[in-house]
Amino acid sequence: MTTDRIAVDIKVPNQTRYLCLIGHIGENIARTLRNYGGDREKLAYDLNLVLTEAMANAIVHANEGDPAKDVHIEISIIKQNLFIKVFDFGPGFDIEQYIEPSHPLDDHGRGVYLIHTIMDEITYLPTDSGHVLEMRKAL
Amino acid sequence: MNLQIEDKGAAVLLLVEEERLDAHNSGDLKNQMLKLFEEGKHNLVVDLQAVRFVDSSGLGALVSGFKNASSRNGNLKLAGLQLQVKSMFELTRLHRVFEIYTDSAEALSSFQQ
Repeated sequence: MTTDRIAVDIKVPNQTRYLCLIGHIGENIARTLRNYGGDREKLAYDLNLVLTEAMANAIVHANEGDPAKDVHIEISIIKQNLFIKVFDFGPGFDIEQYIEPSHPLDDHGRGVYLIHTIMDEITYLPTDSGHVLEMRKAL
Repeated sequence: MNLQIEDKGAAVLLLVEEERLDAHNSGDLKNQMLKLFEEGKHNLVVDLQAVRFVDSSGLGALVSGFKNASSRNGNLKLAGLQLQVKSMFELTRLHRVFEIYTDSAEALSSFQQ
């Protein structure tokens, strides 16, 4: 069986106008995979969503909307597992309080919950220069 | 954001002409709705037929509009949801909050009854 070996490393300015670009990369990876037995269009939407939510979190909560900062994203596929890392360069945020679903009528707080429902593992760890949101999904 | 706003009498129709409703443009929708509320328009239909992707910020903007409409004894109804967009409402249990119609004509006529 031919396996996918994909590694994407991208840095974009800390601005929401780049969410679309990053989301589309996720969609295109889902459509390009050689071996995926599930619903490919659902996976495309899910990866678009995970990347959009993770990057928006980095922009709004971690980098505090500073347009001079960057968001660094790594996407890789290793042995039928998809890994996404989103690095921010800010003070971070408390991820635990967002894991549970928010009340349906809350304006905010659904992003991390959505990531959590789609991905198999999610951790948010400090780095030398900020934090990294690490996620894994078995394909 | 590309948004068409038409006063249809019983309700105002907001036609979102964007492929994505996300953290980049959902603030615009929220502000347009606030403007309508300030003008005394409390019944809104948001037509999402062109939208194929919505994130948590997009959902949040619609929830904010719904709460503002409700607090003014109005309503915000949704129309034209694509399949995957509808799944987002189900995943977040918002399909129980909003009245969701197949198209805007149906949603608008529900305000006239």
